[in-house]
Amino acid sequence: MEWYLPVIWAALIGTAVALYVILDGFDLGIGILFPSAKNDKEQDQMISSIAPFWDGNETWLVLGGGGLWVAFPRAYAVIMPALYLPVIVMLLALVFRGVAFEFRTVANTSKKYWTFAFAGGSTLAAFCQGLILGGLIQGIKVENGEFAGGTFDFATPFALLCGLGVVAGYALLGACWLVMKTEGEVARRARRHAKLLLLAVLVFMAIVSLWTPLQFPRIRERWFSLPNILFLWPVPIVTALVAFMAWRWLERGRDFGPFFATIVLFLLGYTGLAISVYPYLVPPTLTIWDTAAAPASQIFMLLGTLPLLPIILGYTAFIYWLFRGKVREGESYH
Amino acid sequence: MDFDPVLLARVQFGFTIAFHIIFPSFTIGLAAYIATLLTMWIRTGRERYQLLARFWTKIFAVSFGMGVVSGIVLSYQFGTNWSRFSVVTGNVIGPLIGYEVLTAFFLEATFLGVLLFGWNRVPPWLLTLAAAIVAFGTAISAFWILSANSWMQTPTGHEMRDGIAYPLDWVAIVFNPSFPYRLAHMLTAAYLTTAFVVLAVGARYLVAGRHEADGRTMVRMAIGMIAVLAPLQLFFGDQHGLNTLKHQPIKVAAMEAHWDGTKPGDFHIFAWPDEKNETNRFAISIPRGASLVLTHDLNGLFPGLKSVPASERPPVAPVFFAFRIMVGIGFLMIAIGLFGAFLWWRGQLVTTRWYLRIVQHGWWLGFVAVLSGWITTEVGRQPWIVYGILRTKDAISPVSAASVLTTLILFVIVYSIVFTMGIYYINRLIVRGPQGRAIEPPSHDTPSRPLAAAHDAAREAMQPGG
Repeated sequence: MEWYLPVIWAALIGTAVALYVILDGFDLGIGILFPSAKNDKEQDQMISSIAPFWDGNETWLVLGGGGLWVAFPRAYAVIMPALYLPVIVMLLALVFRGVAFEFRTVANTSKKYWTFAFAGGSTLAAFCQGLILGGLIQGIKVENGEFAGGTFDFATPFALLCGLGVVAGYALLGACWLVMKTEGEVARRARRHAKLLLLAVLVFMAIVSLWTPLQFPRIRERWFSLPNILFLWPVPIVTALVAFMAWRWLERGRDFGPFFATIVLFLLGYTGLAISVYPYLVPPTLTIWDTAAAPASQIFMLLGTLPLLPIILGYTAFIYWLFRGKVREGESYH
Repeated sequence: MDFDPVLLARVQFGFTIAFHIIFPSFTIGLAAYIATLLTMWIRTGRERYQLLARFWTKIFAVSFGMGVVSGIVLSYQFGTNWSRFSVVTGNVIGPLIGYEVLTAFFLEATFLGVLLFGWNRVPPWLLTLAAAIVAFGTAISAFWILSANSWMQTPTGHEMRDGIAYPLDWVAIVFNPSFPYRLAHMLTAAYLTTAFVVLAVGARYLVAGRHEADGRTMVRMAIGMIAVLAPLQLFFGDQHGLNTLKHQPIKVAAMEAHWDGTKPGDFHIFAWPDEKNETNRFAISIPRGASLVLTHDLNGLFPGLKSVPASERPPVAPVFFAFRIMVGIGFLMIAIGLFGAFLWWRGQLVTTRWYLRIVQHGWWLGFVAVLSGWITTEVGRQPWIVYGILRTKDAISPVSAASVLTTLILFVIVYSIVFTMGIYYINRLIVRGPQGRAIEPPSHDTPSRPLAAAHDAAREAMQPGG
């Protein structure tokens, strides 16, 4: 039990973060792509395609953060102070873009500012999430179970690269969402952008895949030692195949294929990072067992999570079904 | 410059949580009000209720958005600013916050989409159900958050090992001694806050001679609510106070600025607590008033601030004044509610212009009362972050004071912009008023595209003056 509980919780939180990255990823991506819209009407069309969903999507972020505290309080208490600035700036950026959804519809003359806040906030939030990812992978200085590093420890070239990579990745998800959920010029342009973004994302994935084993011996060890390499070699191959399918579906005018292929691409990248980092929650010192909450707490929370999570997924799916179909040109709710 | 990192962390958290609590205080009640209006629409078929529900839903959308984004911030600040608190209490409070996310946050956030954008897509019963689910979700959310907060005030059901709290009995943890009182007090406060906003908006329309039928409905519904809840809140508040006296006597001593526990306590209508000399200056008091309220006996004794060393006392002045503001507003609410009910009984509620002129300015009463109440209970808990277990100064993160100060300034800037514009836009929606035509329930061949049919009706409804 003492061994399994933290593993179960790591899997659950991993799932919550993956769902967050995909779900809020595409709606942050809409914000990143906002400057590409030619006019107000196109922006309204883009934002209408995500308006009913974004709030539920962002809740996975709360589950990710809250869940980390519940299940791994000692990791939460190290990661948050270590990544203090990117976490808080991300939250502030999310504040701006979150209120912009409603403020844009009510504003008259100030609408352009909230359009800017939506685009800028979405982009900055995505970039900060990349910094957090990079900051975590490269490792955090820990002494006596507490963060012992400096304010700007996270700010390395590697973390900046991850920041840009996440912005490109979310923009790709957003573009594929627009291909699937909109009509007209917005959808046509999104298809063109999606192809460019797909290439950019592949470049970022390739750089991270080369950089991490070269710089971090523990990651090199994980991937290239025997017998690991025998099991792990298909990961990059499958990734390349999925990227190829996404490209083909974009070329052939498919609406749904590119979005789902991109999701699989994200999941593969995510799995790759998980393989690199496991079993550390705070590389290179604290594992999931070092940082786990008391078994009584993990069990109490698990008893609720197991029935509630499927219910949440169920009604989330219902909302997506309710607001199915494409948003037309010039269509918005205001 | 040298800053005290504990003080900075407290100011930052105090600022972000005070900003956040404004919105739930309003939306908990407003969600229930919208669900009530929609239910009345289904029951009676009267269009007015539907138009009113749509009007308040727009205001709800703006307020709820601000509440959500400021709430997400809090779920990370426990770690960024209070990492030692997170470790010491994580085993106990963590799951309470976790259950809040799973049982409430998702429910609200997901069904909000139906409530905001479902007007022409879903049948009326589903719209009403969505509103009820959102209202239910907000109340469940309050349940868990107040349970966690109450545990910090009156921790039970745990044991301390190596300075870390471990759970022993979850029922004792969730239903800790101050929780039922705090939950009743806070939920009633939230419903009162909303009722005073609805009352003010309705009165504003009646005074201005616009949307008069809508204004009459709002004023009547609000007064019905206030006349019942405001006196009830006095009872809840009294019980909550007695509970605090039992578990946190020094907090009560600070609320009453009661220094010497060997003598009965006066109720100070005004005083300036002088912490250095351990006395009150400029006091205007009702002799033995506090003893009467707290012990139901003119000669009753309760602990004074001097019964513990100064290092164990909370800052007296903020607790003392915040408590007075809250109680003062509480009595004002009772007066407004009961007088309104009297006017209603005389058949003059919606025609007594001087009364409406006054209450149209009373929209802020609930917000200020809630904030004062929170200052009373949270500052009153000091110097502890978890009463008797962990001191606030031992709870902060190993983060530089400069980082905390920088982000504090960013929070103040961002929140000020968002808050100012939010109030401005809400006011604009109120000036525009309930308008547009009622929406027909969707037919069988409702288009499956999002917003398709809602488009025209909603666009027409949102046009200024349209």
